[in-house]
Amino acid sequence: MSRQASRLDAKKVNSEFLTLTYGALVTQMLRDFENVDDVNKQLERIGYNMGMRLIEDFLARTSAPRCLEMRETADRIQQAFRIYLNVQPTISNWSAASDEFSLLFDTNPLTEFVELPSDLSNLRYSAILSGCIRGALEMVQLEVQSWFVQDQLKGDNVTELRVKFVRRLEEAIPAGED
Amino acid sequence: MSEEIVFDCLHAEIVNYCLNNSKDQNDLGTLEYIGFTTGYRLIERLTRDVGRFKDELETMKFICTDFWTLIYKKQVDNLRTNNYGMYVVQDKAFRFLTRISPGSKQLEQAPKFVAFTCGLVRGALSNLGINSTVTAEVQTIPACRFHIEVNRDGHHILFSPFAKLAQRPLFVRQLRLQRIWICVYTQCRLWTY
Repeated sequence: MSRQASRLDAKKVNSEFLTLTYGALVTQMLRDFENVDDVNKQLERIGYNMGMRLIEDFLARTSAPRCLEMRETADRIQQAFRIYLNVQPTISNWSAASDEFSLLFDTNPLTEFVELPSDLSNLRYSAILSGCIRGALEMVQLEVQSWFVQDQLKGDNVTELRVKFVRRLEEAIPAGED
Repeated sequence: MSEEIVFDCLHAEIVNYCLNNSKDQNDLGTLEYIGFTTGYRLIERLTRDVGRFKDELETMKFICTDFWTLIYKKQVDNLRTNNYGMYVVQDKAFRFLTRISPGSKQLEQAPKFVAFTCGLVRGALSNLGINSTVTAEVQTIPACRFHIEVNRDGHHILFSPFAKLAQRPLFVRQLRLQRIWICVYTQCRLWTY
């Protein structure tokens, strides 16, 4: 038995397990909703909720200090992808004002076993990732927009996730507390 | 380790989604089904390089040792069977229940955190040719007990030592039996002479 166990690579199985579970969830959603846009929205929301929790784990794990500019934030996001999904996206395509950048993925673990049928061309399969970024950054007082520009599932060479800084959220302190 | 938290979050969100989206708050069917399809596909990849299991018990052992360790990061604490297709798997610190505080109020919520796993195990077994019903029982958080009941009509034939014999038409079977009998008979004669 132990011989068998050593043959199964735990790390790989973990990521496959995640991929397959996520796939099962997306298919279930496609059955539940008639409209693909609703599925996108739902996936984004799930990502948002996950991001809000993951940021705490990320901060505890890395004890990262406060980011002073967007470039630092981008590095942190890159680091988070390496920790949680075991992929290293490349950061590029900075806008002139340095408030907008792209994360380029050569491989996307979530879409490892996925092929989109032609009638689902506007499904954003990995919408959970953009939701995650938005949720996580909102917890550190950064409001961002995040969306997919290119997607390997739709025949592009790379998966490109665009992140745009919107504004810094003010610390909301409940009335009566300093 | 770091990927575990991602899955824990995803699991929590799936539970949340399934229950909010169905009309009946206590409907765990969707959740179980998501587990089923996941288990069905995952086991196919896991057993790709593993030899064929010789019987039901061996399959069950694989599920409770290798499969369980990979997904729940620990071995099951106890696996029991009555040898009539009933298996009881006990896990004293079930992964999805360890983050919930023990209490009677929380205990009511426990079923939604084990439904996915019921489906996962059922799906895995189903792909290995065992048709089963999996139910779970939580008495105190975080311990959990899974009851796997093998449905003995249909799929089990694959594992019967006489599977091939049983599937053949009747007359061939008789012929075979006769031949066995003849062998025995001639051997006896040989012995007596």
